[in-house]
Amino acid sequence: MISLHHISKSFGAFAALHNVDLTVRDGEFLALLGPSGSGKTTLLRIIAGLAFPDEGYVRFNGEDVTELPVAERKVGFVFQQYALFKHMTVLDNVGFGLSVRSRAQRPSRAKIRARARELLDLVQLDGLGDRYPAQLSGGQQQRVALARALAVEPQLLLLDEPFGALDAKVRKELRRWLRQLHEQMGLTSIFVTHDQEEALELADRVVVLDRGVIEQIGTPEEVYMAPRSGFVSGFVGDCNSLPVTVRGGRAQFEDQALDVAVDRLRDGNARLDFRPHDVVLSENGHGLPLHVSGVYRRGGSWRVEGTVNSSGQIVEIDLDADQPAPQLGSQLAFSITRARVFAVERAH
Amino acid sequence: MEIALSSQLQMQAVIERPRRRRRSRKSIIPGFGLTMGFTLAWLSLIVLIPLSALFLRAAGLGWSEFLAVGFSERAMAAYRISFGTVLAAAVINGVFGLLTAWVFVRYEFPGKRVLNAMVDLPFALPTAVAGIALTALYSPNGWVGRFLEPLGIKVAYTPIGITIALIFIGLPFIVRSVEPVLADVRVDVEDAALSLGARPWQVFARVILPAIMPALLTGFALALARGIGEYGSVIFIAGNMPFKSEIAPLLIVTQLEQYDYAAATAIATVMLLASFAMLLVINGIQAWTRRKVDQ
Repeated sequence: MISLHHISKSFGAFAALHNVDLTVRDGEFLALLGPSGSGKTTLLRIIAGLAFPDEGYVRFNGEDVTELPVAERKVGFVFQQYALFKHMTVLDNVGFGLSVRSRAQRPSRAKIRARARELLDLVQLDGLGDRYPAQLSGGQQQRVALARALAVEPQLLLLDEPFGALDAKVRKELRRWLRQLHEQMGLTSIFVTHDQEEALELADRVVVLDRGVIEQIGTPEEVYMAPRSGFVSGFVGDCNSLPVTVRGGRAQFEDQALDVAVDRLRDGNARLDFRPHDVVLSENGHGLPLHVSGVYRRGGSWRVEGTVNSSGQIVEIDLDADQPAPQLGSQLAFSITRARVFAVERAH
Repeated sequence: MEIALSSQLQMQAVIERPRRRRRSRKSIIPGFGLTMGFTLAWLSLIVLIPLSALFLRAAGLGWSEFLAVGFSERAMAAYRISFGTVLAAAVINGVFGLLTAWVFVRYEFPGKRVLNAMVDLPFALPTAVAGIALTALYSPNGWVGRFLEPLGIKVAYTPIGITIALIFIGLPFIVRSVEPVLADVRVDVEDAALSLGARPWQVFARVILPAIMPALLTGFALALARGIGEYGSVIFIAGNMPFKSEIAPLLIVTQLEQYDYAAATAIATVMLLASFAMLLVINGIQAWTRRKVDQ
């Protein structure tokens, strides 16, 4: 079990992390999700021992490792750009972690090569051991980086934007495969991503970060369906925001009262968030008007873009693709079936 | 002859390829024939013809006389001193030039730009100025020499002095060759090595050094080549005593001053061949290390 307590870290005047608490359970697959500058990579590097917090402490299984450098933490780290050693063959890359051990703990040369071959089999790169990294594709390099990290038998695997530089198809395959590997090896894994889809698909739990603060920790379902803040709501999943006023526990958009209950908010200006799929077309013309300005197919539904008022507030809604696509320039009316209202806060 | 023949064959091979592909692929650079022709003409004019004139001149001497002059005891001593000091200076520069480049690439500090510009000074300074300055410093009553003298260390007028002058001349070659390549070594590669349990010296020896080795060798070869031909800065500090601190280029000038052109060209020819052999070996090592990096 890994626990972080009151972690703060600044770079000059920039506060990268502010008072972060986090517990990672054994065997968990955890995503650190946030926009760039949210502190997610800094947090990962602090867990690894590649960076050190200004305040707070890090514990592995109850033991304080805050001051321990990366070499002594027994973690596997996979870097964003793979960081392979260009002048070494794939096999030597994978065996590096074993070959730098002190003489007493170092396996024989033959054993290191055998172990490296095993790992290449595991990441499905058998037969490529004598190549150099530059001769491999991005996805293959990524798997070499993974094999190299696994060679030192870490309990904890840390991955910094592991799929960032790959094309969509390879990315999807690697994701599924990584998930399998994680379960097969009984690892605890933490990965950093700015791609909410990736976090929701892969992780057991998602930690949403913004400006050095944890906004929410929860399962993908919790984070998507019950975002705890306006930031999480806007960042995780597609989301429309309307400026509304709250009066007597009801939300109102311009002159129109919406059928959305609001609790725990004082009267005044607020922000109403709803997902594109949380709408129905109204048959009788009641509801919010939508001037259609764009339509495209998104799998089994139409994604319809349009403006809801004269000031040009844009929203996106999803309609069943079994129905014919709405005409450009036509007007629809829809009502919102599920929404959340947040106090108007600091601008993002 | 053999070299010329094989290069001719190579050229034919290269010329034939574009002809076949002319329709499918057009190069942006105007014709291989034109550029190659120009390159060869230029190289001949600037390098090959003057060098062949040198060989012709030396050939006029006759074989036995050439050996007698080119490998006389005094000439041999001069070669030893020349190549010995040049090698020593290049090796020392390799170490400290790498360190200097490292500091410039990895750290920010006040005055970095000024210091960085100073590295190039040996390029720009008339070499005689450097020689006079170094001699003033290291002569037995100079600012530095005065403190070395009681310790029994003589710098000026010894091979040590020659080496120091050559270090001065050669430093920018190493620094400027290594700097850009070192800047290209990503920090995350070092982090990766550390995370795999490598100790700092292992990170340097096994990850950083192999990556910059080709560039370091380039700098080494440049410093070497420059040092062998160096004359101006060395003769002031060398003292130029035959068999002790006389460098080969000075011996050549001495012969010239006695109007013994044949002897001068004989010594020059031996130097030229030795230098060429040395550079060829370094090039070979370089190609080998580069192949590993650039795979």
